[in-house]
Amino acid sequence: MPTAIPQSAERENYLNKEYGVWSWLLTTDHKRIALLYLLSITFFFFIGGFFALLIRLELLTPAGDLVQADTYNKLFTQHGMIMVFFFLIPSIPAVLGNFLVPMMIGAKDLAFPRINLLSWYLYIIGGMLMLHCMLTGGVDTGWTFYAPFSTTFTNTNIVEAGIGIFIAGFSSILTGLNFVVTIHRMRAPGMTWPRLPLFIWAHYATSIIQLLGTPVIAVTIVLVAAERALHLGIFDPKLGGDPLLFQHLFWFYSHPAVYIMILPAMGVITEIIACFSRKRIFGYSFVAFSSIAIAVFGFLVWAHHMFVAGISVYSALVFSFLSYAVALPSAIKVFNWTATLYKGSIHYDAPMLYAFGFLGLFTIGGLTGLFLAALGIDVHVTDTYFVVAHFHYIMVGGAVMGYLGGMHFWWPKISGRLYPEGWARLAALIVFIGFNLTFFPQFVLGYMGMPRRYYDYSHMPEFQILNVLSTAGATVLGVGYLLPMVYFLWSMRYGKPASDNPWNAAGLEWKTASPPPTFNFDEEPVVTWEAYNYEELDAPHHKEVPVAR
Amino acid sequence: MHDSSLTPVHAHQGEGHAAHNPALLHHFATEEQQRDSASLGMWVFLATEVMFFGGLFCAYLIYRRWYFGDFAAASKSIDMKMGAINTAVLICSSLTVVLAIWGAQTARKGLLIVMLILTMIFGVVFLGIKSVEYHDKFVEHHVPGASFSFDHEPIPGHPGEYANPRHAQMFFSLYFVMTGLHALHMIIGLGIFTWLLIMAWKGRFTPEWHTPVEIGGLYWHFVDIVWIYLFPLLYLIDRHP
Amino acid sequence: MSAHESTKSPLKGYFAVWIALLIGTGITVWAATLDLAPYNAAVALGIATVKATLVVLFFMHVYHASEKLTKLVVIAAIFFLMLLLGLTMADYATRLWS
Repeated sequence: MPTAIPQSAERENYLNKEYGVWSWLLTTDHKRIALLYLLSITFFFFIGGFFALLIRLELLTPAGDLVQADTYNKLFTQHGMIMVFFFLIPSIPAVLGNFLVPMMIGAKDLAFPRINLLSWYLYIIGGMLMLHCMLTGGVDTGWTFYAPFSTTFTNTNIVEAGIGIFIAGFSSILTGLNFVVTIHRMRAPGMTWPRLPLFIWAHYATSIIQLLGTPVIAVTIVLVAAERALHLGIFDPKLGGDPLLFQHLFWFYSHPAVYIMILPAMGVITEIIACFSRKRIFGYSFVAFSSIAIAVFGFLVWAHHMFVAGISVYSALVFSFLSYAVALPSAIKVFNWTATLYKGSIHYDAPMLYAFGFLGLFTIGGLTGLFLAALGIDVHVTDTYFVVAHFHYIMVGGAVMGYLGGMHFWWPKISGRLYPEGWARLAALIVFIGFNLTFFPQFVLGYMGMPRRYYDYSHMPEFQILNVLSTAGATVLGVGYLLPMVYFLWSMRYGKPASDNPWNAAGLEWKTASPPPTFNFDEEPVVTWEAYNYEELDAPHHKEVPVAR
Repeated sequence: MHDSSLTPVHAHQGEGHAAHNPALLHHFATEEQQRDSASLGMWVFLATEVMFFGGLFCAYLIYRRWYFGDFAAASKSIDMKMGAINTAVLICSSLTVVLAIWGAQTARKGLLIVMLILTMIFGVVFLGIKSVEYHDKFVEHHVPGASFSFDHEPIPGHPGEYANPRHAQMFFSLYFVMTGLHALHMIIGLGIFTWLLIMAWKGRFTPEWHTPVEIGGLYWHFVDIVWIYLFPLLYLIDRHP
Repeated sequence: MSAHESTKSPLKGYFAVWIALLIGTGITVWAATLDLAPYNAAVALGIATVKATLVVLFFMHVYHASEKLTKLVVIAAIFFLMLLLGLTMADYATRLWS
């Protein structure tokens, strides 16, 4: 259990330093900007979740009887676009990364605080454009907006959605730029690269992907907009254009994008597993370099989304082989996390429950990725629910659980309050059960042949029972997500005040107050110890507040 | 600006502070850290721009390979002389940029200002020639769209063969997107240099601190490099007489 | 970037690079009028690469005054660009093989 101490007079911290809307909307404090992002991405999560709810309701019955076909196209399109571009990609980096990166390296702020604020405003503007687009007719192209449907045949406002995504992409690029420069230039004295928390390595790798991948989808969106608005037909078959070129350019970013979504979660999980096993991470350098390897290899595999689209067989062979290779660094991480647990002193606090969930679900998601990387299997299951299940295992079972685990782990630091542990463990359990109930049936459905993006499966009514299970699971999952929203809010007023280091965790962020002062540290830290010094922290003579049991 | 914490209180240059350079922002420990951060930030940004233009080069190279003859015919119809002059103009502007930085480094405020102005003049000349080219294309009906026409244009090196107008239209689509985005970056560059000029005029830059000039220069050189590749790719596919 | 290290004036170098760039442009135009059959593109792009390299090394100060990290960023950008171009073109180049 984390420790609480009574707070007498309230110390000045980043939350109470200044009051008023403008002190938040014009802040350059990375911690406040992190909270601005927290509110915004939670808002978009609800919108994306609302679309998911409608999708699952429609699929309760084989007939397409809830919405029309065109509407259903819009539902899954917008669910995907909102969740990918406005929730998952920002989530951990913009909330936890923004809050923690400077603190973990001993800096006062990111390298470019004003660009950080600009990043948030760009995200908001992009999000507003997307919202406006959805409210004025929506988009029905699928989140992948393939040409020539998106460029020539759709009647929906793909240009507006595209511009919204373009602007949000710029936000992502600037966040990545800020992190890379910060990590290189702003580390405190003694904070050498091998002493960095692996959360930092993970965010560094993520930033590389954000920087080098996002511009390609940005230019792709420009080309789609140019084709629709100015008739400059780059992908238009009438001019000899190749729709597959769109797919190459799209997936060049969108595959590495999934590593933008998972790498930060891996960073979070690493911190949690170390803390709640009371052990240094096994194989620190392997985990650090595997993050970089994932970032680089992730750029080599994109055409595995195009195996049946018409690329050359030889190209498919190469990409299939590379897609197997990209699993290696992820597997290395799973081995290292497991080895860390071995003979560790395991504590089952809520963050650790999310970490355990991550370990299992990410592994399943990752392994099913290998199924898809095999050309023969992919021909059978591509564009079915097998793929849908695969990526939800990684993005929801992996990334979202990592995000929730991280929010719980650092909540005392962010808010200065403890969340109610009992409720948190219950919520974690509900999320795990709800998740599996939602998505495991989809593996079976996909393998049995149920296509994705279909609103009507009355040609195969035997799919219904699994769809009903999936929808039931989604309801449970929804409850699991609502609980933390409620008790986090509750804790801000009624939660026990947190000490500086309620988990007795390693890391510079725990050496300052909860919540931290505006400049993070009263004095610039000088680091003379290795990362994950849990032996030292748990030593009997150690002066810091011990973890109560 | 209103801010809770890290307002660069001393950002108003010229007010002078005994303790440290007025340009040092509070979250940095030293001026060197600030300068190195700004520089790394600009280099990393340029890397993103490489990938941005890279997508266009990718599209261009693929279609050029597929429709070489048609692309060659279309390329022949754009004005090589104007393209070459524009290349020289940008090269000269890159020279004036490095001379401007040298002026800042050596406290030659006059030279700095003159070179900044010259750079901008070169930039405007470039855009002026570009607009003449665009106008020519418009008049010749080479702008993609309903009124595009490219009939009966011979394929260079293949007497008797004529270019496929649809593939030629693809060339022009790429031509306008690539040179258009490049021109947009030039315009942004002119905006940046306007700001640099104003700061230089007010005497903000010193040999110890002229970081904006350096990183503005980096951006300008990058835009020059993009054109160094655009010119041969677009204008010089087949210029055999 | 840190203050200029060498005490020599860099001006001669700048003008030399400038002349080289202009000459390179001239050669590119001239070479385009020659019939080098399949090598026209390679020559043009090769000269362009030499010009770009000169700009990066000398006008952008990568050769003299930059740290290893700057060079790493430049190399990384080129590397990922080559990945995009190379792997995409590999698909197009091999489509007709079977």
